[in-house]
Amino acid sequence: MYKEDTIAAISTPHGTGGVGIIRISGDKAFEIAQKIFQGKKDFKLIRSHTINYGKIINPENGNILDEVLVSKMEKPKTFTREDVVEINCHGGLIVLKNILELCINQGARLAEPGEFTKRAFLNGRIDLSQAEAVIDLINSKTNESSKAAISQLEGKLSRKLKAARSKLIEFLAHIEVTVDYPEHDIEEITGQMIYKEIGEVKEKLYDIIKGFEKGRIIREGIDAVIIGRPNVGKSSLLNELSGKSRAIVTDIPGTTRDIIEEYININGIPMRIIDTAGIRETEDVVEKIGVEKTHRAIDEADLIIMMIDAKRGMDEEDNKILTMLGDKKLIILINKTDIVDENQINRIESLLKGKKYIKTSMKEGTGISELENAITELFVQGEVNINEEVLLTNIRHKNLIDRAVSSIERAMDAIENSMTLDLVSIDVTDAADYLGQITGESVSEDVMHEIFSRFCLGK
Amino acid sequence: MEFVAGEYDVAVVGAGHAGCEAALACARLGVRTVVFAINLDSIANMPCNPNIGGTAKGHLVREIDALGGEMGKNTDKTFIQSKILNSAKGPAVFSLRAQVDRRSYQIEMKNTLENQENLDIKQAEIIEILYEEVEGKKVVTGVKTHTGAVYKCKIAILTTGTYLKGKIIIGDVSYSGGPDGLFPANKLSDSLKELGIELLRFKTGTPARVNKRSVDFSKMEEQPGDERIIPFSFETEEINKEQVSCYLTYTNSETHRIIKENLHRSALFGGLIEGIGPRYCPSIEDKIVRFKDKESHQVFVEPMGLNTQEMYLQGMSTSLPEDVQIQMMRSVPGLENVSVMRSAYAIEYDCINPTQLSLSLELRNVEGLFTAGQINGTSGYEEAAAQGIIAGINASRKIRGQEPLILDRSHAYIGVLIDDIVTKGTNEPYRMMTSRAEYRLLLRQDNADLRLTPIGYKVGLVSEERYRKFEEKRRLIEEEINRVNKTNIAPTEKVNDFLKKYNSTPIKSGVKLADLLRRPELDYESLGEIDENRPELSFAVREQVSISVKYEGYIKRQMQQVEQFKKLEEKKLDKDINYDDIKGLRLEARQKLNKIKPESVGQASRISGVSPADISVLLVYLEQRRRQKA
Repeated sequence: MYKEDTIAAISTPHGTGGVGIIRISGDKAFEIAQKIFQGKKDFKLIRSHTINYGKIINPENGNILDEVLVSKMEKPKTFTREDVVEINCHGGLIVLKNILELCINQGARLAEPGEFTKRAFLNGRIDLSQAEAVIDLINSKTNESSKAAISQLEGKLSRKLKAARSKLIEFLAHIEVTVDYPEHDIEEITGQMIYKEIGEVKEKLYDIIKGFEKGRIIREGIDAVIIGRPNVGKSSLLNELSGKSRAIVTDIPGTTRDIIEEYININGIPMRIIDTAGIRETEDVVEKIGVEKTHRAIDEADLIIMMIDAKRGMDEEDNKILTMLGDKKLIILINKTDIVDENQINRIESLLKGKKYIKTSMKEGTGISELENAITELFVQGEVNINEEVLLTNIRHKNLIDRAVSSIERAMDAIENSMTLDLVSIDVTDAADYLGQITGESVSEDVMHEIFSRFCLGK
Repeated sequence: MEFVAGEYDVAVVGAGHAGCEAALACARLGVRTVVFAINLDSIANMPCNPNIGGTAKGHLVREIDALGGEMGKNTDKTFIQSKILNSAKGPAVFSLRAQVDRRSYQIEMKNTLENQENLDIKQAEIIEILYEEVEGKKVVTGVKTHTGAVYKCKIAILTTGTYLKGKIIIGDVSYSGGPDGLFPANKLSDSLKELGIELLRFKTGTPARVNKRSVDFSKMEEQPGDERIIPFSFETEEINKEQVSCYLTYTNSETHRIIKENLHRSALFGGLIEGIGPRYCPSIEDKIVRFKDKESHQVFVEPMGLNTQEMYLQGMSTSLPEDVQIQMMRSVPGLENVSVMRSAYAIEYDCINPTQLSLSLELRNVEGLFTAGQINGTSGYEEAAAQGIIAGINASRKIRGQEPLILDRSHAYIGVLIDDIVTKGTNEPYRMMTSRAEYRLLLRQDNADLRLTPIGYKVGLVSEERYRKFEEKRRLIEEEINRVNKTNIAPTEKVNDFLKKYNSTPIKSGVKLADLLRRPELDYESLGEIDENRPELSFAVREQVSISVKYEGYIKRQMQQVEQFKKLEEKKLDKDINYDDIKGLRLEARQKLNKIKPESVGQASRISGVSPADISVLLVYLEQRRRQKA
């Protein structure tokens, strides 16, 4: 619904690569930028219509999301004639998505299809002759996104959401019937009675959010970490993979320069690859930080690519690493096969029984497509079709579920504080409403239906 | 023979709860008004339950009163039991309800109408709405009675209740008839059809009335009124009167057996009833069929008045034949020897599809024709009266060439009611419920005057004197809220002893009185003990202060929602827009928008079948039009 609130969206064309721009428009645009952008100058002091270098940082945990260029544009000389902030990121789709999500958490609303253009028109920025084009844009974008929404809503997620929502509707109906029919011999519901149950709904919603995390692979790509001793060929692998895919976005040097991230695209799956410093016990402080980072990267990774130097063979350190990995998804590369003989390779192979391994030579470029296929097989069957619309719908859904969860928390707080039912119902209604925005159902009609079908009322 | 019998600005057809408010509003606003009733002894009749108010309905009565209507005052004059419902469930849903003396209510209301300047009252059945065509549009010119008398008028307000082609059904017997043994209005429907108005057929019903002497109350639970009486009208200062009790008994397996064995003879299940009945007041047979597991149902026995032995059996509305009705009643404890005075019946009647109306309650396609009450597909005395006062106000404003008064969903339950029926229509008699109001914490019954009395004053229904009193009350509330927000409470021994007494955490440093008031375990009244400079204030003021401070957080949140809501409400849509011309609207949206002709983008957004994208398209279209005009 059209509201003059602050909106945000990714405003660069589809595709998984290249530089991306997130645009924020509305009264709160500067306030939001102030909270998440850290540059040389305080955002407030930045002059209008300038481009500024800095970092996007999540104010809640201090994590750096990307290095960016931020444009600050004061109204009215902007595309929408509202205050506008544009964040140029180079971190690829996943980073774009994360920053957009951050903007939404900080108070922006995900823009509707074509909404920037609509605002530009409504605020007199776009010529009257363009009105029809604006309408066409709104409609075509709406079609795209509803297609995406439908394709995502089918299946388990939708069923779980509907189940959670109908529980809420049930409680609401019970509250409402108690309120609207006070003298009927219906069991009067109290806050205490629904406290535990809305708590259960909340847990279910948490599960759904986690489900989002699990399905993340398809939507957001794979976090892969390359490990191996120095000089085993990690950088070459990285170059090989990214060079081939021609989808290098950037590299983000970490603070100690020993971890390098690259965003690549393998058979349609976005993948973030982290090249690590190597793992070994060390006394050197600087290196120690690097190694700790590597450990953390391994912990968080979806896939480990471990490289073994065919010439040196498996040594104790390699074995240590293998045990440390536990049941992580793992692909082992026996590299430098071009410079050793069959026997050496066989020796290594015999040590890797039961593990997935591929023989490669970075130098000669062999084994790379096998690796790509192995990765694809490991995570998805066949080609993955991922596009921006799917991604956006996803942010929207997750955001609505997050809000539903906070509404339930507020309702539970109210119950703990012995607030009356009419107040508790406000937040339960909000929660059901947020979920309804995903499933496309209206609360008031559903509650009314529930009341009359569940309870016996009348004169 | 046809003859011109008189000339008025406004003719009100029907003198039930909608008609009375409409006629009074018109006359009080200075337009010459006539009101017709088939029988003048049926003015303001309650053909169903003898009570006013209840959840959400009580809110409506207070809103009518705040605007300058009569229902609240008339109830205060004639009630015989008063109750506040939901007192433990929160301020948004506190509701007043009163049992009234049905006859006294009618007599008082009739007397009020009779004494009203600018108002004539006539006993006649109106059979035709007279009109002429002006530039292709039908315009009301008068009304005609069954005796051929023509009353010219600029505006007609139809408040026909359940009279239009009324059909009474008792089991396998059915006949043409109005409510409570009165005549039906059989001809007006045809005149409405000729005007091109789409009619619906609805059904409702009422239980039997029995003689009090035949009821054994010792087998029932007594339900007395509340000790403290809160009047409906903001103008009624204080009432002390003796109250009469209601009684509660229950149906049992025997009752249910009798009903089940005779289901085939019920009009509802025998197929005699074609009208659509309300889900929220099903007949007893309906309850038993739909809720098989429920072993017993409540029956409230309510007095119809002080000067009568008639008692109303709430919970036993039925369309079963008379012999079964008697058997069924006699199986209920306390009713073993019951003597029935009036049998239960179902009634079917014509009403209009309310989506043909503007929010002013004027039909969009007939200039000068307004409708209010059950004819609009609603149910209930209070719902009717609420529409009546709005139709009356808007009729008189139209006569004076003023813009109509439209209350929106954030102003009042009245606004929710009218917006719902006009925007969404209804497929059963529409009953007001608190859950229909999205901003119900703001639309409380206690603050109806704060919300609406300034509007009533501007419109002209609230007197100068009343308004001055109201302003004084508002000033006192504001001052006291300020004081409570500013007052510091020091952590003295007395204060902490007080807090301990209420199981409230003691304070270590000074806090604001308002902060203590927000603690769930404390309230404004109890805090009096430690609030030394508290001024003496009336209950109404204390109540406002208490609620406003205590629920400030929630109230603010709802007010922010209202702010958002208003943005789209304020974007008006002309009635002459042809939605087929707007490229980019989906087909379903075009059809719906052309059918409902919403008055604002906000209203359009509530029509089912109009999507957010359609709303965006509408906004772009509006801007396009604005610039083309400029």
